[in-house]
Formats: sequence, C-alpha cells, structure tokens
Amino acid sequence: MTLSKKRALTAYGFLALPLLYFVAVRFAPMLYLTVMSATNWGLFNKKIKFVGIDNFAKIFADPVFLKSFGNTAIYTLVGTPAVIVLGLVFALELDKIRKYQAGFRLIYALPYITPVVAVSWVWRWMFQQPPFGVIDALLVSLGIPAQGFLNDPREALFCVVAVNVWVELGYCVIIFLAGIQTVPPQLVEAARIDGASERKITRRIILPLLRPITLFLVVMEAIQFLRIFTQVYNMSYQAQGGPLDSTKSAALFIYEKAFTNFDMGTAAAASLVLFAVIMVVTLLQLKFFDKKMDY
Amino acid sequence: MKRALIVLAIAATFAVTTFAEDVHIVYWQYFYQSKVDTIDLLIKQFEAKNPGITVEQVTFPYESYNQKLAAAIPAGEGPELVNLYYGWLPLYVKAGYLAELPKDSFGSEYFKKTYYNFVEQSAQFDGKYYAAPTAVRTLALIWNKNLFKQAGLDPNTPPKTLEELQSYAKKLSKYDNQGNLVQAGLAMQPNGQGHCWIREVLFRQFGATPYSANNMKVTYASPEGVSAFKWYTDLIVKDKVGYPNFGTDDVTAFVAQKVAMNIDGSFRIGTLNAVKGLDWGAAELPTYKGVKGNFASYWTHGIVAGTSGKKLDASVKFLKFITSPEAQELWLKNVGELPATPALSAAHKDDPYVSVFLKGLASAHATAYVDEAGQRKILVDAVDQVSLSKKDPGDVLKDAASKEQKLIDDFWK
Amino acid sequence: MNNSKSVFAGAKTRRLVSGITAYLVLGILAVVMVFPFLWMLLSSLKDATQIASLAFLPTNPTLANYAIIFTSKHSQFGRWFMNSAVAAVWTTASVAFFDSIVGYTLAKFNFPGKRIVFLVIVSTLMIPTEMLVIPWYAMSRAFKWVNSYWGISFPGLVSAFGVFLMRQFMMTVPDDFIDAARIDGMGEFRIFATVILPLVTSALATLAIFNFIGNWNAFLWPLIVSSKPAMFTLPVGLANFSSESGSDWQLIMTGATVSMAPLIAVFLAFQKQIIKGIAMTGLKG
Repeated sequence: MTLSKKRALTAYGFLALPLLYFVAVRFAPMLYLTVMSATNWGLFNKKIKFVGIDNFAKIFADPVFLKSFGNTAIYTLVGTPAVIVLGLVFALELDKIRKYQAGFRLIYALPYITPVVAVSWVWRWMFQQPPFGVIDALLVSLGIPAQGFLNDPREALFCVVAVNVWVELGYCVIIFLAGIQTVPPQLVEAARIDGASERKITRRIILPLLRPITLFLVVMEAIQFLRIFTQVYNMSYQAQGGPLDSTKSAALFIYEKAFTNFDMGTAAAASLVLFAVIMVVTLLQLKFFDKKMDY
Repeated sequence: MKRALIVLAIAATFAVTTFAEDVHIVYWQYFYQSKVDTIDLLIKQFEAKNPGITVEQVTFPYESYNQKLAAAIPAGEGPELVNLYYGWLPLYVKAGYLAELPKDSFGSEYFKKTYYNFVEQSAQFDGKYYAAPTAVRTLALIWNKNLFKQAGLDPNTPPKTLEELQSYAKKLSKYDNQGNLVQAGLAMQPNGQGHCWIREVLFRQFGATPYSANNMKVTYASPEGVSAFKWYTDLIVKDKVGYPNFGTDDVTAFVAQKVAMNIDGSFRIGTLNAVKGLDWGAAELPTYKGVKGNFASYWTHGIVAGTSGKKLDASVKFLKFITSPEAQELWLKNVGELPATPALSAAHKDDPYVSVFLKGLASAHATAYVDEAGQRKILVDAVDQVSLSKKDPGDVLKDAASKEQKLIDDFWK
Repeated sequence: MNNSKSVFAGAKTRRLVSGITAYLVLGILAVVMVFPFLWMLLSSLKDATQIASLAFLPTNPTLANYAIIFTSKHSQFGRWFMNSAVAAVWTTASVAFFDSIVGYTLAKFNFPGKRIVFLVIVSTLMIPTEMLVIPWYAMSRAFKWVNSYWGISFPGLVSAFGVFLMRQFMMTVPDDFIDAARIDGMGEFRIFATVILPLVTSALATLAIFNFIGNWNAFLWPLIVSSKPAMFTLPVGLANFSSESGSDWQLIMTGATVSMAPLIAVFLAFQKQIIKGIAMTGLKG
C-alpha cells in the first residue's frame, strides 16, 4: 500500500463515526420529515396514509400559520437591524474609552450567557401592568401613561424583540469591538494628520473595514430571530404566543401543531417551510464563508 | 459511553426485578397544590392498607399537562392512572388511549347508583365507561369582604343579579391618577372559569341556547347570545372593572386582594381558606331576569390502555380507593370540590360554602366538549378581540361560533 | 491598545467631551444590562407580602424563598442542576473530541472525496434544530430514548459549526510538526492526540465553553424529550416550576436566580476566554 493510500484510509477511519452520525441524526431525520409532511401522521391517528400536498394546502389556508410566519418576519426585520446598529454604536463608544473597557464588556456579555428561560421570566415580571410591574411604575412616576406591554397585542411582539436584543447585544458589541481593534492604527493616524474628523474616520475607514464582520453578524442574528422560540414560550400566558397570537413565532406554531395538537404531518409541512426560509438566509452565510476562506 | 449506559440500565432493571416484588403504579395529574397534597395523603393511606403496592404521583403544570400526557401514552412512557378533565375524554377514548373500566367493579349500575347523572352520561361511550371521578364542581360568586367594607358596601350582602353585579363592580374598582386600574371590581378571566360562565350561564340567562340538543351545532351566535357576550365585554371595555390577566390572573389577584369579586369554582375553597388575612365569602351566581344558571364539570381518573396483569389489578384497586366515599369526604374537606356521589353531597347542605356550590348544581349544565382546549381558546380569543382589538362583539361572536362549529365537525368527521 | 490612536487626536476639550459622553452612554447601557438581574435578586429576597410593592429594597430581606424551592417536594432544582451538568459535560466532551479530529482530518489529510465530506458536514448547518425535533422525537420514541441522558444529548454530540471552526485553526498548524512526528514513527492517532491537540488548546477551549453554555441553556429539545420531572434540565425545570408557581413571583425570581448562579460563576471564572472566544467566532468564524 502506498503512503498516500494509507493516509487516506486513516482519514476515512477518523471520519467514519462523525459522518455516520451526521447521516443518522441530520440527513435521515430530514428525509423522514419530508416524507411525513405528505402524510396525516399524528399521535391520535393509528393508521398513517398519504395525503399528498394537503398539509401544505392546509397550513397556507390557516390564518394562525400565516400570522406566526408574519410575526417571524417582523421579529427578524425589526430585531436584526436593531441589534446590529446598537451593537455597532456601543462598540464605537466603547473603543473611545481606555479605562474600564474590559469591565463594560463583561457587563454587556452577561445577558448573553445566562439561560434565556430565566431572563424571559425576569422580563415578564418587569413587564407586568400596574400595580405590579416595575417598568410601568417607572413610566407612571415620570408622568408617561402606563403601557400594556405583554398584554397588548400591538406591543407584545416588540417587548419580545426588545428582550432578545438585550440578550444578543453584548455578543455583537464584543465582536464589533474586536473588529474595530484590528483596524490598522496607521490608517487612522494618517487620516487624522490629514485633518479628517472623527465622524469621517468612522464612516470612511472603520465601517468599510467592518463590512465582513457586519455581514457575519447580520446573518447570525437573522437566524437567531427566525428561530425564536424560548422567549415567546416563556413570556406569553400559558405559553400560547398570545395575546391573540400576536407573539406566536413560526417555531412555536410548529411546536404547538406537533406537541399540543399532535398533528405531526402538518407540523412537518410547516417545518419544511421554515427550513426553506432559513436556508435562503444561511446560503448567504455560506457564500460569505467561502469569500472569507479565500484569504 | 452509550453502551455503558445500556449495561447499567439492564443491570438496574435486573436489580429492581430481583429484589423487589412490589407492584409499582404511577398516577399523573396537573399541579394544583391542594389536590396534589390530598392525593399524597390518599396514597399513604392506600399503601398502608395494601402492602406490596406502591403508588407514585407525578405532576405537571396545567398548561403542559395535556400535551405531556398525549405524548407519553402512545410512546408507552405514560403512567398507569391519569387524571383527565371530562372535556378531554372524547379525544382520548376515540384514540384508544384509555382502557374500559372493568365491568365487575365499575359497571353501568354502579355508575348510575354512585354518580350524578351528568357524570354518568359524559363518562360513558357506547355503553362503556372509561373514567371515574372523586368530585364534581360548580361555579359561585366569591367576594372579598374587606374590600367591600372599604368601598362602603355591606360585606355580607353580595350582588344577587347581574345588574347588581355590574354596579357593585364599578363601586369596587379603583384607579390611579392616570386612570390605570389598580383594584379590579370583578375579575375578567375568560381563560380561567370565565369562558364557562359565558358559555353555559350568561348565554342561557340572556335567552340563547349555546348548543343544539345533540351537541352537534353551535347556536350561541343568536341576537340573545350577542347581547350576553356584549354584556360581558362591556364590563372590560366600557365599565373598566377588570381585564384579562390583570395581576397575572384572577386567582393571583384575588389572593393578593387586588380583585374584589370573581366567578370561580368550588375547588378554590381549600386554596382561599389557606390564605392568611383573606376574609371572603361565596354566593350563588347572580341571576338575570329571575333566571338562575350554573356550570358543572369534573376531573376524573382513568386507566391507561395497555395496563395489564398485576399493575391493572393494583390500578383498579387504587381507583376504587380514591373514588370511595371516604376519599370523597377527604377531597371535600381539603380541596373543596363536591362529592361526586349525590347522597354524600347532600349531607353537607348546611355548610355555608358547600351549600352555595351544591345549590348551583340544580341549575347547572355541563358542556359536551370535543376538544376542551380548542373550544376554550376560541372564546378567550373572542373576548380579547373585543377588549384588545376593539372589534364589534356581534361580528366576533359569529366568527367564534363558526370556528367552534368547524372544530366539532372535524372531530366527528 | 488604543494609545497610538489617541496620541494624534484633535483638540483636548473635544476629546474630553466625547470621552464623557462615551462613559455616560456606556454607563446607561450597563445599567440597562444589569438592572433585570438586580431586580431579580432583590425580588427573590422579598416575601409574598412585599413582592407586589415596588419598593426597591426588600424591607425584611429573607432567604425563606431559597429554603422553599430547595425543600419543596415539587421542585427538584438539585436534580435538574445535575441533569443539566451531566448532559452539558458529556455533550461538550464529545463535541471537543469529534470536532477536533474531523477538523484536523479535513485540514491536514489529502484523500478522495474530501471536498464532498466537507460540504456534507457544512450543509447540515442549514438544517435548524427546530425542524428536526419532530423526527428526533419519533426516533426517541422508537428507540426508547425518551427521558434519558442519551435522549437529551444525542442531537448535539458532533457540531458542524465546531468542525468548521476547528478546521480553520488546524490549517494554521505548520505541516512540519506532523511530518516530524511521522518520521519519529508515531501512530496517526497519537500524533493527533499528543502533537496537534496541545497546539490548538485555545480554540478547543473556546469551542468547549460555547458548547457548554449552549447546551446548558438549551430549551426546546429537552422540553420535548423529557416528560418526567426527574429528567428535566434546569431551563425546562425552571419553566415548569415558574408555571406551577403561578403568582408566586418571589419564588419564580428565586428559581431564576438559582439557575443563573452557576453560569455567572463559570462566566466570571473564564471571562477572558469567553470574551476572546466571542470575538474569535466573529473574526475567524
């Protein structure tokens, strides 16, 4: 046996178990799900039969499905820009200071590492209406009308977005700050000598160099918001994504279909739709990875 | 790693089967403190009387209980005995997840002799019985005597009619200087007992019939039904005496003395009596134009299909024990629900709390649910659509009725 | 690190003003970030009668809530803590081992089909957990994995993202090290374990810490696969406990505090590594 053949065998040996794992735990279930999306599979059904594309027809005619996927779009389209812009703004501010930089960074990272279940319940407590909630109490003491927050279908979704931005912000700040600190100081110095204002330096030098990182974060955060589940489950009354389905996300819809209504076939169909949406976003991510691998 | 675990598991099973000959059965119910404590007590008594049988109680929060159950039973991961809301029985029986109760100990005659009529009817499917309850429950108006005093009302005279209820509720509501409700006159919690109050009491009192005689048609979206529904939602929208989820939920707010009146079930007696410093009373539901009304329901115990051999014998024995007259008495004392056997209930007709709920039974209806959770959500959402989205009660109720009709049609399809 | 930038900065006063604004803005954010934790901790020290009052400090701080949640029959925080720890440690160990060996193979070996293998693994990144829970659940029922540590952890035993990350790092290891070891006659696995791994410990530590945190906080899958309270992980137990507590917000806040404490301890102990790791996922990932 040649040396290269021997090495190739070693490589296959190292890869065998993990590859088997990916096939068994990722691809096979995915295939199974696709097949099941064309059946009436359910926990209360003893006989499974093929129903073709009925499940898809059913969900696209279901106002709750449309509502939950619409909500997911709002989560993503509001939450992602919010967390990216705030992350960038605070990272730029953080770069300006020298003392306590590490301390601030540490504090900002705190929500990111704590369990989402726990922080969801803490925020739910703070969002209570008078006479219980601390945020409304603050508003009232400032002469601002008390808000319904999680009890108001117009506000509840944005409360959940706000909490998730609060959770993810530290992550973005840290990554942006690390990016800013890789900007070659000579570039900035040269611009300063040429008399460029700080704002101009930020806009013309730092931001363009942060583009790859920004793109990375946009993709990561978009996926975070597309998959949002735990916050909605723990922040809505009886985990139902209310009031009036106003906070129900795509993931919660799938969970309810599968594990509350036991309508597995429909849930499988809805999962495939969510998958299609996430795939489009993730393809962007892979494209970006490919570009990065070049240098 | 996994293999080691399997070996360990096998070893453990082996150890258990070799060293213990006890029959172990598992009982599931949702978490409600006084019920859980009472079952614990009953288990202790049962185990003392039946050496060789051990019973384990497992609880889940109410909102995830039904789903854990339905996920576990088909997987063979379920318990031997389950506590079910009567409104869930059709789904479980239809899917074949409940075992028929043995005829010799729970036959037709036994059911007819032991239980209230509405229990016997709703636990029976095609002449077979699938579940037996310990207790039944009705609704009553409960009120906070201290808050009545503070508002200058006689703490011992609760409202008797819906008109009085409304005017009392207004007097008992308090607002801060921004107009935010800080004390609710009446709890408005449709996802608690509120939807039952609307469904079986208010609709009927206003002259509507909620369902057709064979329970196949939803008929509450009549002009009378709309006026009943509007009367309810006006309390939230116009009179602002309460709103859904005020102070988390109705019970929380009542216990925190932030709600003056509530429509609640007899199972709350035990809970409320345990609250220090809460002076409360219970009265029959308010009448409307002389019409009384109430809602009766019950939680019941069933044996999971597939239970067999010694475990089945032990389960039947345990079921018999927790539905025995002694258990029914204990349940009344600790939880507050009425004994499911009429004669046992009647013996308590002089108790001030019990009598109120007992009287309710005379005018009570039980909804023939097909999917309790689904049907509940439709009415809860309907109230939210009026109170939060400012939609017209008439349109909303028609929409709700057609949604519920679809649910019923789908079930029988 | 920024000294070189500031040396050439403009007028001193402008710098001072911008510095003060920066501290002010950052300080406000710090308050927003910390306040919920503080409010949670303070609420956990209040008793039932004070919980609805909005006084900032509890009038009679009490540890009774902690005693209640650790002794109540219906909460098993100790057990849930252990379940989370077992699942997270086991999964993390598996990820650290498999991801580094796969990353190493993909970075340093030449063999037919290498590109396909890489694409196959990376393409699994596109399959979100949310959609796989349904088939995983069917699998777990068929194989009786429900309510077991194996059931909780099997979906996360190898991480595609980790493979990708480790491959990037392995590529920076000079080939000379491997060649020298081979000339010394070392076996391939020994080269990986004793020569390569020590060179990438910082990347490995990052991967491990993130995986640990991710698994510790995981909610959706453990919620589905555990139907017995004794097999709940800490987040599932906490969600359960909070629902059952209904209105007892002081107990819910106590439960939240208890479930956060271990992570905050881990965080403070490994703060440098974690912050560096977060930055690294952005720059290297």
